[in-house]
Amino acid sequence: MTSVAVAESAIADAARRRRRRRTTLVWVARALTLFLILGGWELFANKHVIDPFFYGQPSGIYRQIKDWVEHGTAFGSLWLQIWVTLKEALLGFVYGVAGGVFFGVALGQVRFLADVLGPYIKVINAMPRIVLGSIFFVAFGLGTTSKVLLAAVLVFFVVFFNAFQGVREVDRNLVANARVLGASRWQVVRNVVLPSALVWIIASLHVAFGFSIIGAIVGEFLGAQKGLGLVIANSQNNFNPDGVFGAMVIIGVVALTAEALIAQLEHRLLAWRPPSPTETGLA
Amino acid sequence: MTATTLNERRLTAAHQAEARVELSGVTKRFLTPDGAPFTAIHDVNLVVEPGQFCAVVGPTGCGKSTTLTLVSGLDSPTAGAVTVGGTPVAGVTRGTSFVFQADALLPWKTVVANVAMGPLFHGLGKKQAHAEARDWLRRVGLAGFENHHPHQLSGGMRKRVALAAALINEPSILLMDEPFGALDVQTKAIMSNELLALWEQARPSVIFVTHDLEEAIALADRVVVMTVGPGTVKGVYDIDLPRPRGEVQEIRFEPRFLELHQEIWESLREEVQRAYARTAGGAS
Repeated sequence: MTSVAVAESAIADAARRRRRRRTTLVWVARALTLFLILGGWELFANKHVIDPFFYGQPSGIYRQIKDWVEHGTAFGSLWLQIWVTLKEALLGFVYGVAGGVFFGVALGQVRFLADVLGPYIKVINAMPRIVLGSIFFVAFGLGTTSKVLLAAVLVFFVVFFNAFQGVREVDRNLVANARVLGASRWQVVRNVVLPSALVWIIASLHVAFGFSIIGAIVGEFLGAQKGLGLVIANSQNNFNPDGVFGAMVIIGVVALTAEALIAQLEHRLLAWRPPSPTETGLA
Repeated sequence: MTATTLNERRLTAAHQAEARVELSGVTKRFLTPDGAPFTAIHDVNLVVEPGQFCAVVGPTGCGKSTTLTLVSGLDSPTAGAVTVGGTPVAGVTRGTSFVFQADALLPWKTVVANVAMGPLFHGLGKKQAHAEARDWLRRVGLAGFENHHPHQLSGGMRKRVALAAALINEPSILLMDEPFGALDVQTKAIMSNELLALWEQARPSVIFVTHDLEEAIALADRVVVMTVGPGTVKGVYDIDLPRPRGEVQEIRFEPRFLELHQEIWESLREEVQRAYARTAGGAS
C-alpha cells in the first residue's frame, strides 16, 4: 500500500469508530429517556403525586395488556379487536389513497375541472370531517362499513392535496420533451406526470395512514361491536385509565409497524433518487 | 465529399421535402402572468432547407427559443405561418426532435429507458425499443452506462443521453435550444464535434439556437442573427467553410472563420449592446 492509501484507510477507520460510538451514545440516551419517563410516572403514581385513578400508571397498563392477552377483552380476544380495527383502517386507507390519487391527478391535469371543483374541495376540507362519522354511523350502523368510510374520507383529502400539488409541480420541460418524442396524453400522464407526482403522494402516505387509524378508532368510538376503539370507549365508561392507555400502546405498536412498511415501500419506489445529504436522524 | 453524396443518396425525396422548414411573417404574442401583452417575436421570415444546419444567434430574450417551440408545434403563432415540408404546423410536428438546454431526462428512468421512450411512444415493443436504445447509446459513446440513472452521470454524459434520445426517432428536423449552454468549455467542444459527426450520418435539418457566435459559425451552414426583443431576423449569413469541418477547436483559427466572425459580430454586437442597455436600465 502507498502512504496515501494508508492515510486514507486511517481516516476511514477513524470515521467508522466515531460513527459507532455516536450510535451507541444515542441508543443509551434513548433508553435512559424512556426509563426516566416511565419510572417517574410510576414513582409519582405510587406516591399519589399524580392520581393513578385518573392517570393510570405503567405497571397498571402492563397488567391490563397482559390480562387482555391472557383472558381476552370484554368483546372477545385481543387479537380479534386488533384485526377488526386494522382491517377497517387498511380498507379505508386503500380506498382513500385510490380516490385521492385519481381525483388529484385528474384535477391537476384538467384545469377546467380544478377551477370548477376547487372552491368546494376547499370548503369541505375546512370542515371537521370527523363529524361525518355520525352520519355514516346512522346510515350504515354498527358494522365495518361506517368505519371504513370515515377512514377513507380522512385519508382522501391528505392524499388528494398532495397528488394535486405533485401534478402541478411537474417539470414542464419533461412534459414538452415527452410530447415532442411522440407521447399521447395518456402516455405523458403515465410516464411523466404520475412518476413525478409519486414523490409527493408517497410523502402523504405516512400522514394518511395515521388518519386511517384515527378514522377507524373514532368510528368504533361512535358505535361498534368490536375493535380497539370500542375497548377504549368501554374502559372510559368503567373509569379504567389503564385500559385507555393500554389500547393506545397497542395502536401505537400497530401504527409504527405500518409506518416501517410504508418507509420500505417508499425506499423501493424512490430508489432512483440520488442520496440526499440531509436524510439523517428522525428515522 | 464522397461521404456527403452517399448520405444525400440515402435520403429519399420525400424525406428531403418534409425536412424543409419555413416561417413567413411569424409573430408570437404572450400574456405575461400579470396580464400584460408581450411580443416575443415579430414578423420572422426564415427558411431552412432540407439537411441544412442553421444556427440562430441573438442576445438573451430575443425570442430564439419561442421560434423553436413554434416549429416543434408545442405552441402556435399569433400571426403568420409556420410550415414544415409544405404543410402548416398543427400540434406536435411529426419527425421533429428537440434537445433542451436543461436536462429533459426522466430522473426515475434508467439511461436506456430514457432513450427508449421515443420508439415506445410510437408503438414499438419494449424489447425492440430497448435494443435500439442500446445501439444509440453505443453510438454516442455511452456503452456500459445503460442501467445508470441520470443523476449518476456527468453533465456531458447526460447531454449525450439527450442526443441519443432525440436522434433515436430518426428526426428529419432536429431542434436544439442552447443544448451545450450549461457545459464547461472543453466538454462543449467535445460535444460539438460529436454532434457534427452524428449529424453528418443522417443529415436532418437542424435549427440550433445559441448565444455563442463562435459555436454557431463552427457548426452551421447558415447563421441567422436576430434582433433584441421583439425578435426579428436581422441578417442571414451563409457559412462557406468546407465540410466535414473537423475539430471545432481548430477551425476557429482559420482566416475564413475569422472573416465571417468579424462580419457577423458587427451585426450582432449592436443587438447585444441594446439588450444589455435594456437590462441595465431595468435594473437601475
